[in-house]
Amino acid sequence: MNLEGYTLQLILKEIENGSLSPEDINEFYYKRSVDLNRVLNAYITLLEPEKSRAEGDLKGIAIAIKDNISTKGVRTTCASKMLENYIPPYDATAVSSLKKHGGSLLGKTNMDEFAMGSSGENSAFGPTRNPLNREYVTGGSSSGSAAAVAADMAPIALGSDTGGSVRAPASFTGIVGFKPSYGAISRYGLIAYANSLEVIGILGKSVDDVNILFKMIAGKDPMDSTSVNVELKEKNISKPKILVIKSFVELSADEVKKEFYSSIGKLESAGFEINYADKFSLTDYMLSAYYTIACAEASTNLSRYDGIRYGPKVESAGNWRDYISRARSFFGPEVKARIMMGTFILSAGYYETYYLRALQLRKIIKQEFEKIISNYDAVYVPTMPVLPWRIGNAIEDPKIAYAADVLTVLPNLTGSPAISLPVGKVREFFVGGQFIGLKNEDMKLLKVAEIAEKVLQVKRSGRN
Amino acid sequence: MEEIKVGLEVHVQLVTLRTKLFCSCSSDYRGKPPNVNICPVCTGLPGSMPTLNRKAVEEALKVVLMLNAKPYETSYFFRKTYFYPDLPKNFQITQYDKAGGYPLAHDGSLKLSNGKTVRIERIHLEEDPGRIYYEGSRATARYSLIDYNRSGIALIEIVTAPDMSSPEEARDFVERLTTILSDVGINVKDYEGALRVDVNVSYAGGERVEVKNVTGAASVEKAIVYEMFRQKTMYEKGIKVVRETRAWDEKRRITIASRGKEFEAEYRYMPEPDLPPVTVTESLVQKVKDEIGGSQENRYRELINDGINEELAKKISSDKDLFNIYEKIKFYEPSLKQLAANVLANEISYLKKRYSIKTLPEDVSGLAEILQNYRVIPDHESVVAYLKKWMEGEKVKVSLKTVSAENLHDDIMQIISENYDKIKNLEYNKKFEFLMGILIKKFGKDNKKILVEELTKVLNKTK
Repeated sequence: MNLEGYTLQLILKEIENGSLSPEDINEFYYKRSVDLNRVLNAYITLLEPEKSRAEGDLKGIAIAIKDNISTKGVRTTCASKMLENYIPPYDATAVSSLKKHGGSLLGKTNMDEFAMGSSGENSAFGPTRNPLNREYVTGGSSSGSAAAVAADMAPIALGSDTGGSVRAPASFTGIVGFKPSYGAISRYGLIAYANSLEVIGILGKSVDDVNILFKMIAGKDPMDSTSVNVELKEKNISKPKILVIKSFVELSADEVKKEFYSSIGKLESAGFEINYADKFSLTDYMLSAYYTIACAEASTNLSRYDGIRYGPKVESAGNWRDYISRARSFFGPEVKARIMMGTFILSAGYYETYYLRALQLRKIIKQEFEKIISNYDAVYVPTMPVLPWRIGNAIEDPKIAYAADVLTVLPNLTGSPAISLPVGKVREFFVGGQFIGLKNEDMKLLKVAEIAEKVLQVKRSGRN
Repeated sequence: MEEIKVGLEVHVQLVTLRTKLFCSCSSDYRGKPPNVNICPVCTGLPGSMPTLNRKAVEEALKVVLMLNAKPYETSYFFRKTYFYPDLPKNFQITQYDKAGGYPLAHDGSLKLSNGKTVRIERIHLEEDPGRIYYEGSRATARYSLIDYNRSGIALIEIVTAPDMSSPEEARDFVERLTTILSDVGINVKDYEGALRVDVNVSYAGGERVEVKNVTGAASVEKAIVYEMFRQKTMYEKGIKVVRETRAWDEKRRITIASRGKEFEAEYRYMPEPDLPPVTVTESLVQKVKDEIGGSQENRYRELINDGINEELAKKISSDKDLFNIYEKIKFYEPSLKQLAANVLANEISYLKKRYSIKTLPEDVSGLAEILQNYRVIPDHESVVAYLKKWMEGEKVKVSLKTVSAENLHDDIMQIISENYDKIKNLEYNKKFEFLMGILIKKFGKDNKKILVEELTKVLNKTK
């Protein structure tokens, strides 16, 4: 049996008509994952398949979960030395929802440490390798979830998206990555990096696949006060009205730009109504606002890692200060850098200069975005301004490294849903295009993406 | 003496809540084995999120209204970051009045016994940290042990202006506050460590010194007295008092310089992104107002109307529990109300404190029995013993084995005079039988022998 290229939708159909059993499916993904993980390093923890019955909407199928989502009894590392042996005593709400729908756990996927990174290289467990070319990065931070889906090591996966962490790796590996509206999926159990920006997202082989899973785990959760009920009814749109923000496209590399514009042509001839805005006036401030808020929140979120209740054993050092600095030496360099930036940003005297200003900027960005999108079904821009780079060719200057997020942070600042799908091909890689919708109109956005996916029909080798 | 200025930050546990502020763990942590009332939220496990206990807002609002403070329509939770082993997230979720934040309420006041008004700057909600235990002493213990049962317990912090100018005024403030709290059911006296005070003292216009973690009104007074003289001594020697944080050592009754004062200024406050703002609507305020309708003021007035003197009325009205018992006795036997007020304000109130009896029994028949026989119980010690028995929930039957002949004589004379019309025409035996019936009813069969003796004596004399 070979399930290469199978979508979740197809698998569920095959179970329903009796041609596949969940055992066979889980066995296939597990074995393939064991084999491929040696080279791709997509999983930090792989679980041997348990006996499962074809029950619930998910019919016993095992799913990959990013390793910053708490799983009861299964270690959850955040790809950090700090949580190397941490076993949560509880399931994240999204995980218990999956289980309630008959899903099970295939494994915990590799990522940038504490979701901080855009390449998948900042992991204490080593970088995830891109299935399209193993010398290249997968994108991050949900690197393992993307690689697992792209390499048929999982039928579908959960990730998290703080500033593009689902969409970036989806774009770099040629799959679909969905970041729902802020609060659409409960964050309870998602190990926080930047609470006000992030959301659990879904990485799958098709828009239908992420749609199926989204409807199972979306909804208000009493354990997460920021969660909301978004409408889950399928939407009907015949001719999507799309707005392309030119200044976003212009930030991209030539090969990305070329493929992206050619996808616009295809969409237009298929009946999409394409409109253009020259620029989004706050483009230059998005990254600053994003990194200021993210680092500030991260610095307090990560203050709890002190080695007392969990985490690596710290040799007793006599006094508390000494102890705490030893305990916190287990963080990787990128995490330390962001904690330090956040600590600085929140310090007396700088709070107003940086943090409050970033919050104000975010408010203005949100207002402006809502204004420009109000006449359209979605905004359409490239997901990543560049193609994947070689592992190890890490961009030394963080200002340039962080610029890779320039096209993805907007929906996190505004809380809008966004979805990346392959819209073009350059050599072995794909160019990802990103549709951004209005907050809480996730189903409308999924509909637009579904239509676009059908129109564009980007083929990949070994894929049906 | 030079002028001192005292301001207080009073931390009060909302002991009326059954669960913690941000999770559904039980708030009943006293006397429990360590780390039994805990969950991912109150131990700060990765991925856990706080959710607000709405009941805490209501309980806090009761105090807000009693202190004439004004609630903000919208207030916010902030993270206050400092690293300490008992703080599982290494930040405390609290409310803040700067950086765009608003606390639960502002601008209240409390009147002291001497008529002076102390301004209350703000009242806010926050979570209690866990507790550190040392086996033996801190110096010799091999480990620091942490108990998170207290972690996440709901607190309100009441911040006053520096309006008190003597240790006695500060003590009075805490005492009056305690009364107001018990008035809305928050009986902090019944829960160890439920009221903790940070005291700010400045002498002769000098820098203010904060003394942290003082428990109880008496200690507040002592800590200020100590601090006043410490600062005075420095002042007189020409040493500048520096702004610092000190700790109150209850055993040695001194304040000591705290370590780690350097992170004082740098709490890196930021809004808590996992909690929506707290909204206090007018209808919520009205609901809370209705709930606290039976205030001390009303109780006091009722007692005065009953003819109870001011001193007793003040004492009884300050404790809801005492007042409830008074009302029950009044209903049970109206003629006992004056005596009941006396006993409640004195003996019962004393015993309650002495034996830390939290709530008085529902059933007042035992107390009524004691009060009805009050006059004939031979000594005060026995009265107290009976009262204690009743307060501990035991059955009380007053037996007067020790009733003395001396007292009995007067009682018999009174009974005779009260019933004179009924007995004046009866012959000796009938008269004896009739009076004996009344005496047995009053003093119990146990005393039959002495009753017979004394009644015989009296009747023989009056023959």
